[in-house]
Amino acid sequence: MVEVKNLTKCYGDIKAVDDISFTVDTGEVLGFLGPNGAGKSTTMNIITGYISSTSGTVTVDGSEILENPKETKKKIGYLPEIPPLYPDMTVRKYLEFMFDLKKVKLPKKEHIDEVMRLVQISDKESRIIKNLSKGYRQRVGFAQALLGNPPVLILDEPTVGLDPKQIIEIRKLIRGLGKKHTVIFSSHVLSEVSATCDRVIVISEGRIVADAKTEELSKSFADVQKLSLTVEGGSSDVLGEIKKIPGVKKYVKLRDVSDKIAEYSIEYSNDADIRRDVFSAMARIGCPILEMKSGNESLEDMFLKLTQNAGKRGK
Amino acid sequence: MGAILKRELGAYFSSATAYVVMAVYFFFSGLFFNFYVFSQNSTNLTYVFNNMFYIIMFLIPIITMKTFAEEKKQKSDQALLTSPCSLTEIVLGKFLGAFVMYTLCTCIFLVYAIVISFFAQPQWSVILCTFLGTLLLGGSMIAINVFISVLTESQVVAAVLGMGVGLIISMMSYFVSLVSIEWIKTVLEKISFMSYYENFTYGILSITDVVFFLSVIALFLFFTVRALEKRRWS
Repeated sequence: MVEVKNLTKCYGDIKAVDDISFTVDTGEVLGFLGPNGAGKSTTMNIITGYISSTSGTVTVDGSEILENPKETKKKIGYLPEIPPLYPDMTVRKYLEFMFDLKKVKLPKKEHIDEVMRLVQISDKESRIIKNLSKGYRQRVGFAQALLGNPPVLILDEPTVGLDPKQIIEIRKLIRGLGKKHTVIFSSHVLSEVSATCDRVIVISEGRIVADAKTEELSKSFADVQKLSLTVEGGSSDVLGEIKKIPGVKKYVKLRDVSDKIAEYSIEYSNDADIRRDVFSAMARIGCPILEMKSGNESLEDMFLKLTQNAGKRGK
Repeated sequence: MGAILKRELGAYFSSATAYVVMAVYFFFSGLFFNFYVFSQNSTNLTYVFNNMFYIIMFLIPIITMKTFAEEKKQKSDQALLTSPCSLTEIVLGKFLGAFVMYTLCTCIFLVYAIVISFFAQPQWSVILCTFLGTLLLGGSMIAINVFISVLTESQVVAAVLGMGVGLIISMMSYFVSLVSIEWIKTVLEKISFMSYYENFTYGILSITDVVFFLSVIALFLFFTVRALEKRRWS
């Protein structure tokens, strides 16, 4: 449905988006995840045709945004980071204007009524937008994106600034919309993306650092268990013993605490609990374990690691 | 384009802009009408129109300052630029919105003409010609000021810049008398709005004058489209 190929956007010397490629299938809900300033909004602005890319192409449902902007833009509903509202208009007037602007060919009144019902602003239709709260403005922005039932919805941080109840409602709404539309939405909150999306793309410093199905992503993270150890004894002996334990995937000495004491980190597969083996191995070579801590790496840790690594590479 | 035109007009009339601009326009045109027509017992509207030139220069930036500057600031331009409307449609919609607003102001002269017709035979050639000239002059100033508005994010900057440009354009004929170098003089004469506008106020309808103003409108609307386009690429 949406195909992004080798997208690059430069602002002077700064590469805001650096060679990004991905595709989104029909009916998929794609989460676009990254810290602030990672290039999420820039990418979305390029997909929707608000700004143009330095190089690369965006194809939506077979038509290219630069070659055929009118047709392509009709297929996209866009909710930018700041909803594009006219504060001096009433909600209904504004939606009518957007309806005309988008050249929608549906019955006007019924369609606007339906969209307002969907985002639950029917009772605010005659209010002036500048008097609405942030949450309601966001919903008006949402309604605007839904006008004309575009097959592709692009939502830039739709839940920022909302209260927890509204966030849950918006997430529910996005999930519901995902049944009929192809949705790309960005966020810097990982739990939100994993709760709403089928697939996640993690972006950092303009580059894609991870692209996986949500379940796979959390499964692959859960696959690895971590164990940190503080052991007294020669580190070569200790590492040699750890190596022999079945199920160990990765092991590394973190740092020397003192002369003979050092910290180690071990990653091992989920199906093997190696703690007892570690204990007996260390006992065998006579190196007492001073501290042993096991912990599952959370999604948040993984996210931080992914984005930090990308940062280092960038420098 | 229709949608944008409708919204622009709605925005003028739902805020104070339309009423303030109209009030000022009507006030000064009424004042000049009184000075040059009523008190002098004349039916000649030429001087009234001649003086309105300066008022128009200052009022038009007020009408147009919002057009693009405000959109950019409140980020509503994202809705326009990601809609299936071409840039030309957007610019034309904005231009026509301001132009219709301005035309409504100018219609007051038709009222004056009717007032005159109660007392004497008005010079219809002068009135209609000047009416057309005033619309063309206003259209040119609107196009220039819409272009200025697209360059900045601040309405105030747009308005001040627009008035500055208006002032320079009004003073062009003075510059002509100050400059002694012949070719600069010729150039200034050729781009002086007043010299083209004056002909209309005498009741002379010449193709040159009409084409001049239409070219200015087309040129600056084209610049506006290019400026919008450039913003997407930078």
